[in-house]
Amino acid sequence: MNPELQGRVFPPTEPYLVGREKVREFARAVFASNPVNVDPDAARAAGYDDVVAPPTFAVVMQEKTLAQLLAEPDAGIDFSRVVHGDQRFTSSRPIVAGDLLTATLTVSSVKTLGAHSMVTAESSVTDAAGAHVVTAVSTLVVRGEE
Amino acid sequence: MAAASVTVPSFDVLELGDIVAERSFELTRDSLVRYAGASGDFNAIHYRDDVAREVGLPGVLAHGMLTMGLAVQPVVDWVGDPGRVADYQVRFTRPVLVDPDSGAVVSVVAKVGQLDADAHVARIDLTVTFDGQTVLGKAQVRVSLG
Repeated sequence: MNPELQGRVFPPTEPYLVGREKVREFARAVFASNPVNVDPDAARAAGYDDVVAPPTFAVVMQEKTLAQLLAEPDAGIDFSRVVHGDQRFTSSRPIVAGDLLTATLTVSSVKTLGAHSMVTAESSVTDAAGAHVVTAVSTLVVRGEE
Repeated sequence: MAAASVTVPSFDVLELGDIVAERSFELTRDSLVRYAGASGDFNAIHYRDDVAREVGLPGVLAHGMLTMGLAVQPVVDWVGDPGRVADYQVRFTRPVLVDPDSGAVVSVVAKVGQLDADAHVARIDLTVTFDGQTVLGKAQVRVSLG
């Protein structure tokens, strides 16, 4: 992997409109049965404008930023050798249906450990007003040739 | 973004080591296909045995992000509102193999790991097991309580 990736900041992704049915679909997929996740009336009663996404929903935006990283011509990352090492979401507020979100990827570190490389990618998600919503930090391990 | 209509667990009665939630999840191959569609992660190792074996895996694995996504749900149900999850991190330490016939059972035990009395934030530590072994390391959820 190219060590010069460290510190690189990518262009913001195209704005992503969070749909109510997408939130419900994702909630069902992660076994989230809380009414706030699926029922707009329950969400409104809890003080939200619409259904609330599960805590890991930002992975949908993160996928788009990681696609940018893997497509970077000089990155030298072989996708078939990538293993997800760890993951973190730090939220200022939950994602709610109706949000228009943009994600910006920063490669915060690139390390080599023997034959393996580790890249830590930080996707900062902001709303239409430019306010921070959540930061998704992912460490990918690229296994070396055996 | 406090949920006015939901009873939030009281911070003051919590003690370190308390088990606040427990739940088991039955995963099938259908669960993996559903998660692939919802998340946009269509890596074929999560639905095709031949592709999984080609890359040296014993069989089809659950997406790490599916395990992460479902493991936080018992905590969400305990606090009553996904919006109270301020931070969630895991390390992926072992794969969850999903048998085509019998599926896989993933069990979650959520315990109080740390209490920040000033901020009324509890760190809930998750023990997530499959087939008698833990599959996530350092699985920690920070929740804001009343």
